Amino acid sequence: MSPNPAVRFIDERTGAAPLMRKVMRYVFPEHGSFLLGEIALYAFLVLIATGIYLALFFDPSLAETTYDGTYAPLRGLRMSAAYQSAIDLSFDDRTGLLMRQTHHWAADVFLVSIVLHLMRVFFTGAFRRPRVLTWTLGVAMLFASLLEGYLGYSVVDDLLSGMGLAIGYGVAESVPLVGGNLALGLWGAPFPGDQAFESRMFIAHVLVMPGLIGALLTGHLALIAARHHTQFRRSPRQTERKLLGLPTFPAQTPRSLGLLFATAAVLFALGGLVQVNPVWLWGPFELAQGTNGAQPDWYLGWLIGALRLMPGFDVTIGDYTLVANPFWGGILFPTIVMFTMLLWPWIERRATGDRAVHNLLDRPRDAPGRTAFGVAFFVWVVLIFLAGSADRVYVFFDLSYDGQIWFYRVLVWIAPVAAFLVTRRICRELQRSDAIQAERERAEREAEQALVVKPPPAPAPAPKAS
Amino acid sequence: MSSSRAFARAALAALVALVVPVAPSQAQPSIGIVRPGDSASLSSAQLGAELFAGNCMTCHGVDGRGVRVPRPGVGDVRGQGPSLRGVGALAPDFYLRTGYMPLGEPDEQPKRHRVLLSEREIRALVAYVDGLRPDGPPIPTPHPERGSLSEGLQAFTQHCAGCHQVVGEGGVVTGARVPPLRNATATQIAEAVRIGPYVMPRFPRSQISDRELDSIVRYVLLTHHPVDRGGWGIGNLGPFPEGIVAWLLAGGLLVGVCVVIGRRVRG
Amino acid sequence: MSRLWGWLLAGLVLVFGWWRRRGPEGEEPERLVARTSPDRRAENAVIALFGLAALAAVAFMIVYALDDGSRDRTQLYGLTFGACLALIAAALIVLGRRLMPYEEFEEDYPEPEHPDEQEAVSQIIRESGSGLTRKRLLLTAGGAAGGALGLAALTPVLSLGPWLQTDSLYDTPWQAGRRLVDEHGAPLHADAIERETFYTAFPEDASQDEIGAPVVLVRLDPRALRLPPERALWAPRGILAYSKICTHAGCAIALYRSPLFEPTAPQPALVCPCHYSTFDPADGGSVLFGPAGRALPQLPLRIDARGELRAAGNFSGPVGPSWQGVRGERPT
Repeated sequence: MSPNPAVRFIDERTGAAPLMRKVMRYVFPEHGSFLLGEIALYAFLVLIATGIYLALFFDPSLAETTYDGTYAPLRGLRMSAAYQSAIDLSFDDRTGLLMRQTHHWAADVFLVSIVLHLMRVFFTGAFRRPRVLTWTLGVAMLFASLLEGYLGYSVVDDLLSGMGLAIGYGVAESVPLVGGNLALGLWGAPFPGDQAFESRMFIAHVLVMPGLIGALLTGHLALIAARHHTQFRRSPRQTERKLLGLPTFPAQTPRSLGLLFATAAVLFALGGLVQVNPVWLWGPFELAQGTNGAQPDWYLGWLIGALRLMPGFDVTIGDYTLVANPFWGGILFPTIVMFTMLLWPWIERRATGDRAVHNLLDRPRDAPGRTAFGVAFFVWVVLIFLAGSADRVYVFFDLSYDGQIWFYRVLVWIAPVAAFLVTRRICRELQRSDAIQAERERAEREAEQALVVKPPPAPAPAPKAS
Repeated sequence: MSSSRAFARAALAALVALVVPVAPSQAQPSIGIVRPGDSASLSSAQLGAELFAGNCMTCHGVDGRGVRVPRPGVGDVRGQGPSLRGVGALAPDFYLRTGYMPLGEPDEQPKRHRVLLSEREIRALVAYVDGLRPDGPPIPTPHPERGSLSEGLQAFTQHCAGCHQVVGEGGVVTGARVPPLRNATATQIAEAVRIGPYVMPRFPRSQISDRELDSIVRYVLLTHHPVDRGGWGIGNLGPFPEGIVAWLLAGGLLVGVCVVIGRRVRG
Repeated sequence: MSRLWGWLLAGLVLVFGWWRRRGPEGEEPERLVARTSPDRRAENAVIALFGLAALAAVAFMIVYALDDGSRDRTQLYGLTFGACLALIAAALIVLGRRLMPYEEFEEDYPEPEHPDEQEAVSQIIRESGSGLTRKRLLLTAGGAAGGALGLAALTPVLSLGPWLQTDSLYDTPWQAGRRLVDEHGAPLHADAIERETFYTAFPEDASQDEIGAPVVLVRLDPRALRLPPERALWAPRGILAYSKICTHAGCAIALYRSPLFEPTAPQPALVCPCHYSTFDPADGGSVLFGPAGRALPQLPLRIDARGELRAAGNFSGPVGPSWQGVRGERPT
């Protein structure tokens, strides 16, 4: 009856056996949709691991150098040390390109999984009391990750990301009243900015932002554990007071570990097999040059769509420029999105008057207003995102660019309203059909019981448990 | 319910009204090539003249003098087009071999198409147009092997990438579609640079020397098979197809894994 | 079993703690974890998957060792490493579904709140401050100290850049008399500037790498120009120079739309590849399409005695994206 030596080792030194027991028997809900947030967590771990490797090779310096390496089309070109270190990493280090690409795919997939997870949380009402702070930390992590990704691909100083930085500068300048000051303060000088800007982006990307995201993540996870997971009501034993599911150990552990390895597997496989951000093809950034088809990474595509959709005007008062054009798409639009998401728990509370604690999740149909709003909001953002791809659609499908822009300008306002009405209708229909189904089942049960009560000429069949 | 059906009908009508102006256009002439009946017996010069009269004169005028004011012509086309006198063999060779010409409507953007003319017909037409005025530029003979890839990348980025995208995947300029270059031959690249078809700038020798053009041609030919060291190139467009892969491939796989893990274990 | 397998097994055992507690006579005490029936096939599958994963990892290391840089092996690295991870994932999933006991656990949600503890904590706070006579004043003073400290701690951030001084946004390296050169530093002759194409030029003897430096040069038929009257002499022989930096968000204007046959094609225009802001060079750089809110700044040109192009002054307005003071002054 001797305890496991490892367990004893730990408990003697930390007194943690009671905690270990508690943690091992913490209950996780079984449903697969609860694993979406974990995908994000594991993508983040892959980002850190590959990021450390990259940081040991990357040179965040704008010092000019002449390339004389393996990739022929770049030989003899002047470029920054930063860009050259990225090329060298891709061509001369054996596993360098694998690490670079895995890191980039991990960033893309990190944001995909955050969005999927966020949608699951939203459409099931998991953000309600007592989990509002968890939601707030999550939204903060989303926007911090957007900035982190932008910084990450911009440090490479290639043509594509350099154009993206110019746009960032233009957007910063467009902030009313203080835009010029803001842009100059951040960049240190008029674009392309102070030489130190590159290493500042680098430090923000490898130290400040990961620290921030890590802190938010720790808080997020701690709050989840403290308040426990929510659950779908799949059996009558699940209530607002009782959580039913799998214990951390042994059931959940291989599930979570399996997902960790699966996520890492997908990311490393992509990193080796599918090319991403081939910076040697874009060439080094030159202020006076540009390329067609320049796009930000997918998670910022909603912003380029917004910037392209705006008609051309600056709001001026005499000689004073109050609102420069990029403000609408580059600042106001994402701010509205961010604040709508942040404040949604309070908006919903005001609209429904529901201030109760909720541990049980809604099915989307159970909250028609919320679901309809979520779908409409999503449609709005996605249409603006799609507008940003109108140029490639023109090239592939020969649909006029101007025509598409006008089409989207109209659609981004009509479609969300239509989506709202249609979704709400669908939810209500589903609720009604659920009610009818429940009625029918109840009537059937009563009918069967009525059969049992009557004195039977023949033995009645045992009522089937439904 | 009739109200939702009426709503659906109205929505569909609105969608069509929005989509139709955006729909793609057809650039080739709807009537095809007009050929003389006895073309096999004609000499090259006669064939060229006949083909020109039947397919080109409507827009390019008698003797290729051009038509500045639109006027009705063959089919129901209102002809209008530039003069071809002095364009030499370079321009007709380019336009005919890419299928840019003949054009269906004078204000359509010429696009690469299946070539409807035979090799003999093309040569005849090129000779005819070249002969409209002496001393026009001949068909160029680029030598990409003499060019330098890095000079080509620099020159292409400087002069061409803004429209054609840095690895020649094509793009947009307001009011026109910039074609991808993956089907362009060395000769066609050299020709296009010197012509500046439709809204493309026309780069003279004083700006891009023949030697620099060799480098540009060499670079563009490289972009037909770019160095995709990282694996599947997914179009070499950057973030656009990368986002699609992240969502559909990675997202799909990982959601699938969650579904598998999340399935109820039977006892 | 070899030593290696022994260590591996010990590790597995350590992680998954399969040792059972036994009572004094070998009877089992009450079970804490549900029973599960053995499944040797699943066990075989897990062992096989782990084994294959180990092989994949070894393959990765072999590829690395044999990689001499002659061919690109990135795909092989991704395949082997990814396969190893995927096989471990598969093994763990099979382990979890088939070999671990399936337990449907019930647990109480924690209390939504703890009123007694809340009261006790509040009481502690209250009673701790019971000796203070001027709480508000103390808090205000403390707040003032904290707030001022916060501001002081943020003050060094001002050293990052000229937060308070936006004059540098008006600077450009151009001035009257400065020659135009190409990217190699060679001066540009007016005669070399042809129509229907576009050129990029920089100021001689000045930094090429700032937003005010690059200009785009085009030549139009002088009769087609519609410049404002004060710019009548800015385009000698129809040669025009505009800032190459878009006034929308700062990308380089790298496109020039130049119709071969004007009647059937769109007019000449300078276009930016980022959001397709389109500018009319014949009309002083006015915006034809797209989100730019301001015309492209024009650089006045003159042709010197040797036929070379020189600037005849600074731009018509500040270059680059708009900010609050962009319409305030002309660059000097």
